[in-house]
Amino acid sequence: MYPESYLYSEEHEWLHVDEDVCTLGITKFAQEELGEVVFVELPNVGDTFEKGDEIGTIESVKAVAEIYTPLSGEIIEVNSELDDSPELINEDPHKRGWICKIRMASGTDLSDLMSAEKYADFASGDS
Amino acid sequence: MSEATGAKKTPLYDVHVEAKAKMVDFAGWLMPVKYGSEIDEHRAVRTAAGLFDVSHMGEIRVRGEGALDFLQGLTPNNVSRLKIGQAHYSGLLTAEAGYIDDLLVYRLAEDDFLLVVNASNIDDDFEHIVSQPHPGCEIENHSDRYALIALQGPKAPEILARVTDAELDGLAYYWFLQDQKVAGADCLISRTGYTGELGFELYLAPEDAPTVWRKLIEVGAADGLLPAGLGARDTLRLEAGMALYGHEINRTTTAYEAGLGWTVKLKKGDFLGSEVLARQKAEGVDRKLVGFEVKSKGIARQGHRILRDGEAVGEVCSGTFGPTLQKAIGTAYVPTELSEVGTELQIEVRKRVLDAEVVEMPFYKRS
Repeated sequence: MYPESYLYSEEHEWLHVDEDVCTLGITKFAQEELGEVVFVELPNVGDTFEKGDEIGTIESVKAVAEIYTPLSGEIIEVNSELDDSPELINEDPHKRGWICKIRMASGTDLSDLMSAEKYADFASGDS
Repeated sequence: MSEATGAKKTPLYDVHVEAKAKMVDFAGWLMPVKYGSEIDEHRAVRTAAGLFDVSHMGEIRVRGEGALDFLQGLTPNNVSRLKIGQAHYSGLLTAEAGYIDDLLVYRLAEDDFLLVVNASNIDDDFEHIVSQPHPGCEIENHSDRYALIALQGPKAPEILARVTDAELDGLAYYWFLQDQKVAGADCLISRTGYTGELGFELYLAPEDAPTVWRKLIEVGAADGLLPAGLGARDTLRLEAGMALYGHEINRTTTAYEAGLGWTVKLKKGDFLGSEVLARQKAEGVDRKLVGFEVKSKGIARQGHRILRDGEAVGEVCSGTFGPTLQKAIGTAYVPTELSEVGTELQIEVRKRVLDAEVVEMPFYKRS
């Protein structure tokens, strides 16, 4: 269910790291908890964030969830397709529902992120 | 997950779990928030039909030779105007005219009334009611004696007609039929609802609820009937401009502020809160409930601040994305001078400020 090549945060985000660029989205578990997404507030390209900062929000009919970045860096691209099709987060959370790409600050430590297997355990304990 | 919370279960709990509903603790009850998609459930009610378990609602029976006079002094609407078989929307007010709860009053017989109240307020309501002098009145909390199922949507009449011989055709809005059979069970059929659609609310014995529910789902499935949860119930009622206790109304809001002046009948004589309401009627109110539409991208939610020229002038009571309207909508109290349709407001949503406009309520009217 969770791609092996991704890393996962306790805030239910997935990260795909390619050299110094990391693509971020929310997990299948997170979107199921949230329900049908009707609006996504994306960060701006060029914004820089520290680990733990709120970079945007995802709203469903009945709930709102903040997106926290699990690593420091600069936003280099956002998934603007979500402006018109926020439901991509429900339909394809791990691929077309990606949220943004972050150029990681040098020396970024990814050691507190989880593997797919560990995250699957974590998420099932959180339900 | 819920066993530990001590929340109560309605007679339909097992049916919901079997249907894989997502259950949440609502007002001390384990209730289905959705079975699948909230938006699909909402659309089903607007275009076909939806079935809601609202058995958590409370029922308080008031009967006896003093019942009519008692209720006239207790509630703002004119109970003497109710015919047997008719119901109306009213309130339980404090002496300051704030809402302890809103409710429906059913006239079952000349001297016999059923008050239907919100689950979260049952105990407070009952305590308030019995604390008022009530000569010649027997007041009992019958909440455990009723399950309540709401069948709502344009297809509701034809679906219900398949499981009852009751004369549904002549049943007007806010009228009800007693001692009917629905799917073989004894039932009070009320043409009321909380969705802005045509529909019925079925009062029945708790032990009959699962059978009636399953039968309705069975005979309605081909028409698109879906079980619908509290999520859809809330978006439907907000689109229809109906108040929800704890949002649009509470102990600090009055009927005239909330746009519920039509439930206040000052000419009938004194009742709890009538002095304050008479003054507000004569002098006007300082603030009013308005409906707004969010013009910017984003959704306003309860508690967000309403701004005008950068200054806080109110707070959002309810806010959601309206699935039928495909817009973010909400309600808020604003100073009366800012309550005109077309007034531009801003709403502070976390770190952003959204543009909004006062619009006509209800947001949605069935055609």
